[in-house]
Order: sequence, then structure tokens, then C-alpha cells
Amino acid sequence: MTNPKKVYDVAVVGAGAVGAAIARELSKYDLECILLEAKSDVGAGTSKANTAIWHTGFDAKTGSLEQKLLTRGYELLLDYVPEAGIPHEKSGAVLIAWNEDQFNSLEGILEKAHKNGVTDVHLLSVEQVYELEPHVNSGALGGLMVPGESIICPFTVPLAFASQAVLNDVDLLLDFPIEKIVENKDSYILSGTGGEVRSRYIINSAGLNSDVIDRMFGFDRFQVTPRRGELIVFDKLALHLVNHVLLPVPTAITKGVLVSPTVFGNIMLGPTAEDLDDKEETSTSADGLEFLWKKGEGIISQLLDEEITSTYAGLRAATDHSDYQIYLHSDKRYVCVGGIRSTGLSSSLGIAEYVLELLKEAGVTLIKKEDFKSIKMPYIGQKEERPYQSEELIAQNKDYGRIVCHCERVTLAEIKNALHGPIPAITLDGLRRRTRCMQGRCQGFHCSADVNEIFELEIERIECGGGQ
Amino acid sequence: MKVFNTDVLIIGAGPAGMAAALQLTQMGIQDIIIVDRDTQAGGVPRLCNHLGFGMRDIHRVLSGPSYAESYLKKIKNSSIQLLTETTVTEWIDEKKIKITSPKGIHTIDAKAILLATGCRERPRSARLIPGYRPQGIYNTGSLQDYVHGYKEEVGKSAVIIGAELVSYSAIHTLSKAGCKIKLMATEFDKHQIYMPYLPFKWWSSGLLPKIPLKKNSIVTNIYGKQRVTGIDLVNKKTGKKKHIACDTVVFTGDWIPDHEMARLGTIEIDDKTKGPVVDAQLRTSKEGIFAAGNLLRGSEPGDVAALEGRHAAQSIEYYLKNGGWYKDRIKIIVTEPLKWISPNSVDLGSSGLPMNRFLFRVNDFIKNKTFIVRQGETVLYRKKYSTIGPNYSRKIDAQWINNINSTEPISISLE
Repeated sequence: MTNPKKVYDVAVVGAGAVGAAIARELSKYDLECILLEAKSDVGAGTSKANTAIWHTGFDAKTGSLEQKLLTRGYELLLDYVPEAGIPHEKSGAVLIAWNEDQFNSLEGILEKAHKNGVTDVHLLSVEQVYELEPHVNSGALGGLMVPGESIICPFTVPLAFASQAVLNDVDLLLDFPIEKIVENKDSYILSGTGGEVRSRYIINSAGLNSDVIDRMFGFDRFQVTPRRGELIVFDKLALHLVNHVLLPVPTAITKGVLVSPTVFGNIMLGPTAEDLDDKEETSTSADGLEFLWKKGEGIISQLLDEEITSTYAGLRAATDHSDYQIYLHSDKRYVCVGGIRSTGLSSSLGIAEYVLELLKEAGVTLIKKEDFKSIKMPYIGQKEERPYQSEELIAQNKDYGRIVCHCERVTLAEIKNALHGPIPAITLDGLRRRTRCMQGRCQGFHCSADVNEIFELEIERIECGGGQ
Repeated sequence: MKVFNTDVLIIGAGPAGMAAALQLTQMGIQDIIIVDRDTQAGGVPRLCNHLGFGMRDIHRVLSGPSYAESYLKKIKNSSIQLLTETTVTEWIDEKKIKITSPKGIHTIDAKAILLATGCRERPRSARLIPGYRPQGIYNTGSLQDYVHGYKEEVGKSAVIIGAELVSYSAIHTLSKAGCKIKLMATEFDKHQIYMPYLPFKWWSSGLLPKIPLKKNSIVTNIYGKQRVTGIDLVNKKTGKKKHIACDTVVFTGDWIPDHEMARLGTIEIDDKTKGPVVDAQLRTSKEGIFAAGNLLRGSEPGDVAALEGRHAAQSIEYYLKNGGWYKDRIKIIVTEPLKWISPNSVDLGSSGLPMNRFLFRVNDFIKNKTFIVRQGETVLYRKKYSTIGPNYSRKIDAQWINNINSTEPISISLE
């Protein structure tokens, strides 16, 4: 559906958390913008499979761009998350030292946190550690409390950003992988199997492929190495075992694994960190799962008696640089937003704000729209009321009382809603991310055939011109 | 929010729940509510479109759907209130729960509750099998739902993981759907179908070209980014790996009770069966709450679950008339190679009628062993077995519980 004649002011390449946040920020201004995504959904790359932690930036390298944008991003999300109905919980994080080495590095981490402006971080005695986390293994030597570290829904964040951008007139083009970028007078032609798009300014937030896009502009300054992170998700019945995000104490030698509650009420164990070549390699491995199992055993062995709900692997966009790779090239009307490693979800709004400053610097006129529409996303977390718990909603529409996915208690109405709206689900995976259906302990044993049928019938109805 | 008061609330309208309800009406208890979260009552048999249901409880051999229907017909002609599309979402009090249905959110306040929530097969993820997460991976349950429930196509070429009773049910379902079955794989060195079910094995696979059975084999990887393209099978004994091209994988068996409601109600769970700890009267750790059927330990044939439902009904009737609960409950401890025993405790006070049998399973093929029940030094029961195989329950007589006279723990071993 691209209009090859239209010349956009700004094209954002990549609709992950970062790209979608930039598109949302752009949609506040009087600009013609388009958000391009290679996959068939928003947030379907790096953003869909991560640890879902909302970081304060307490341990980021002081003074780095990452630290600066993380701090700002954290702050901006504080307001945005409740406004947009994004599932989140201010759980706080506890770093537990299990050996002398780790214990000795706590002071340094504390100092850094305070330097980074995260001043509520404090040391914990052994007794305090066990008071906060009574189910972890014995043998802890002490710990550190980071009250601001939180958990968040990784699926709703990019969807909220992108949906809001679309509501505010940004065009979204999915299934649009870019093969070629050609400069034509004062604009670019981005082309690929999906067609052509013209835009004066290009923002590269292509995640795992940000290096590829960057090279299309003639640069060769960073290389994205997909870093695979495997995770094990435990049953919701294990939730009582863990109260905070249990972060590993980073030391020079080992890269740690964390144990964390999720906003859906599960417990997550992971991630591994393994550099790969293939940017599509999202399979789990026997070694990875075994490694996590042993790590989990060392932190909270009780957890391993619980049922496993799912395992998955995600890829982080690691580069050969330790900091974000954000560059403005005013002459080329190009902003590169690459190398946003695992902290992108937390810093996304900070990055977006920064990118707009860069565009302003490049000479883009930014005039605020009078009417910037807000958005409220369907709530899929466990902390607040869900539709199946709402007498009011069920009275309005009986389908809110029809639970289709029993494990996650997803109702028929929620599934149908997800197939409409500003960015409807067009695949079963997209439906999973929007509603939680088939994501629970039975992994579709009970409901996958039902969901599949509802999905197909509703898509058919939509294609035949039926609205909601 | 309306409050419904009832004598007995039954959660789950599968064979155990339905049989319990009917038995209760026959004993004169008419005020019964059964809730089921599915749109149709009947439980798993509804989707098992093959013969083999009803031998032990209604003394007929029916297909799964006809079996479920025969119970439902009787329920419709009774005073029992059956609420479908109704999910129990939480416990409000000891015997009071909250439900969600298209009619709204309500409360049911019961004098006794029977948990009959059934079981499911462990999904691939819970078995920690690595690889991609493409389309085309099923459990028998979801497969039956696609094929018999919605007449959907599955794949063209399938591998079945497991070679127990339910695995042959998967063969039947796949061939109905026109899917070729490439092979079956089991971690054991032979299939796990025993009498009286051997005819079912012959019947389900008899008309098909012989399906190869890969023994001692486990899945170590699943390939395919969109749709399954193949799996790796490793022979546990030789370590040899073989890639099998296929577009469908069905993980069968490996049961886990659907114990969510039991656990949310802080009912004690047995760490072997993963179902509630129950005594021979099917009483759980909470007064007035009973459990029966496949929630107790995973899948048994529908008629076995139904008989347990009937037994629970007797205990419920006794409880409603006489009150009281168990006095000194003694936990039964099993050691390997025993996998579990069900029921898994006994009441020394022995109020009410205990079941006349226990079921147990082993986790490998066992030859020439004696099953011994001990309390301290005293041997309460012993029975010799020439062979016992995994993934199938053996029944032992429960007479020995009459000889218990102390609260010492009871242990069972195979020696």
C-alpha cells in the first residue's frame, strides 16, 4: 500500500521498542512520517524476547550515552507506563553476593549507582537478603538493593508506542525489508520486496540489522553480533518464591544469570549470552538450557521443582563498542541509532527525545501538533484487574465472560479486539503477544485449536469487509 | 455478584465429575452444581473419537463422544445444575469460590467441593526440548481438538513422541486427518501397551503401513522457523543421532494434573503425583474438599476416573451426613523405581468407606520384583510381579489398610 510518489519527511527504519518510540515522538510534530518494519509485526525482533526488566541504569558506565539516555528513558517511562496501561511492577532488584569476589564488588557497584544518580541503592546485610527473599539458597554473603529496578511487559511497550504513532498519523509499513537505499536529489528511495518509500530524512533503528542499513549510507563503523539469550519461564504457581528481580553481581570473570518475576506472574530464569553469526537464530540449545538449569540450582533450587511454562531465546544487538552507536549526519539527513544493546526497552523514550534533538540540529522544523492523542493499551498483566474479573465489562459484552485461554484467562472479546485496533494482530504470534493466549502453562494444549478457529473466522470476516 | 448456595460443587464435568454427580443423586443428594470451563461438558472423551470407553463403569464399549453423551443425557434428566463456559477463578473462603462466565461474576458457596479438574500432557517446553518454536508441534490433546473438534488439517508427515496408550490415540487422530505417520519414538526399549489394551494398539495402527518404533530414543532438537522441518532423535544407548524430516511432531503422554485450583486453595500436593494428597476416601488436606479422577495423578482411562468419581460421591455423602474429617492421616511414601501411588495416604480413624484399590506406576520396565508395603518393620502387604512396565497403572488390593494400627509412616518399595 505504499504510495511511491509521496515523499515523507522522516522514515524510521525498524519498529522495535526504539524505532516505535522514535515514531511516537515524531508524531507529536507536524511532520509526514513513516515507520518501516521488515517483519510482519511491531516489536517482533529483539524487543519480543528479552528479560523484560525496566532498568534504572544504576550499573551503566557513568557518563556514557547509554547511561544518560537510560536515566532519561527511565524517568519518561515512569509517566508513560501508567498512562498507556502498560503492565509493570516496581518490584525492585536485589543483587545477591554468593562469594567473596562478588561481595567485594558490591561497594563499587553502590558507588557507581550513586554517581549515576540512582541514589536509593543501598547495601543489604545477609539477614536483610533472606528477609526479602526467604526462598533463595543458603550461603548468601550479603547484597545490594536497587529499589527502582522494575519489571515491565516487553510486548506492550513497542505496541503502545507504535499504536500511538499510528493514531497520530504516522504510516506503518510491515513486511518491508529494505534492500537498497538510493539518494535522489533531496530525498531517499528505500526499496525492497515490499515496494518503494521516499523520505527526506532517514532514521536507522533497525536493531540487529542497524549495521547493514548503516553500510547502505557508506559507513563501516560497527558490527552487530547477535548475542543469543536463552530463558526458562516457570509456572505462575512459582511466583511466591521470588519477590524481587534477583540480579547477578557482575564481576570481571563471569556473566551472571538473573531470576525475576514477570508482569504476567511467572518466574523467569536467564539469560545466557552467546555470540552467534545468524541474525535469525532464535532456537534454544541443550547446552544453554542445561547451563541455566545449573545456574538456577545455585540461586534458588526450590524453583526447579516447579513446572516449566516455556523456554525461548532472543537476540540482543551487541556491537564491538560498549556504548550506543548514535550518530547524526546532517549533510546526509541521516540519523543512525545502532548498537542499542539489552537496555533499549528502558532507554527507548530517552533515545527518542535525543533523536528529535538531533533532527532539530539537522535543520528539521519541529512544530508541535495541537492535538496529540494518547493511548490506552489492553491490560495483560497480573497485578491489575483483567477483563474476566470485571462485572462491568461482562455486562457490556458477554464475550468478556468467555474465557478461551484458561491458563492466562484470556477472553473471547480480548482476542477479537486484538484483531482490530490501530495495529491488529495478523499472525497467531502477534495475537499471543497482544493477549497472552496460548502463552500459559499448557502452551495451547487446551485452547490452541479454539484460538486458531476464532482467529481464522475473524480474519475472514475482516477480509470480507466486516468491522468490529 | 450473586451467591449460589449448594450442597455439592463439582469442578470439572469430565468422567469423574459427571459420575460423582450422578452417584450423589442416586444417594438422595439433589442439590448439586457442576461447573466446567469448556463450552461443552464431557471432558476429554468428547474429543477421543475412537472406541474404548465405558467398560468398567457402564459396562459397555463406546466411543469417547458417545460415552460423554451417555453421561450428559442422564445429567440433563436429573436435578443437577450444569454450568458450562464457567471458570472458577479464585477461592473466596474454605468452601466458597468465585466464577466467571458470560452471565457475569458470581460466587458459589458449597457444603462440599469435589475437584475433578483432570490433567494435561506436558508441552514440549516443559520437557526442556531445545530448538525452534515453529508451527506443527502438538500434544495429543490439542491435536484431537484440531482434528475432531474443528476438522482442521494438521501436517503431512508426523513423528509421534511416546508409545503408550495415548500415543496410539494420536496415531488414530493423525491418520483420520490424512497425515502420514513417519515413526514413533519412545525413550524405553519397547512400547508401553499392555493387556487389555493390546487390541487397541493393533486396531489403531493395524490398517496402516507398519509404523516404525524407534526405541531408547529422545528428541534433542526441533528445526524449522515457520513450520517444523524436522527433529533430531538420539539413541540413548548408542548415542547415535539421526535427523528425521517431518512437518508435525506430537508429544504424547507425560501427564501433569491440572492442579491449579487445588494449589490456589493451598491444598497439599503430593510431590510424586503432583496431584492433591488424598486418603482412600479421596479426601484432600482441607475439610470438605475432595478430589477424584485424573487430577489425582494424570491420565487413566475415562472409566477409571468415573469410578473414582463415584467413590468420591460416597465419601461426600458420608461427610454431609456425619461431618468430621480424617483423624490421623498417614502419608504413603514410595521409593524408586516406583513413580507414584494413588491414593497416597490413609486415615487411621477410617471414617467412611475407603477405596478398595490403589494404583501405582513404575518409571521403567521391572522384572521379578516384589511390591512390599511396610509400616516400620511390619510388612502389611506383598505381591510378586514377573514384569511391570512404565506408563501404565497397576492395581493393588487395599485390604491391608485394615491392618494399620499406628501412625508410623507407610513406605512402599519394589525389592
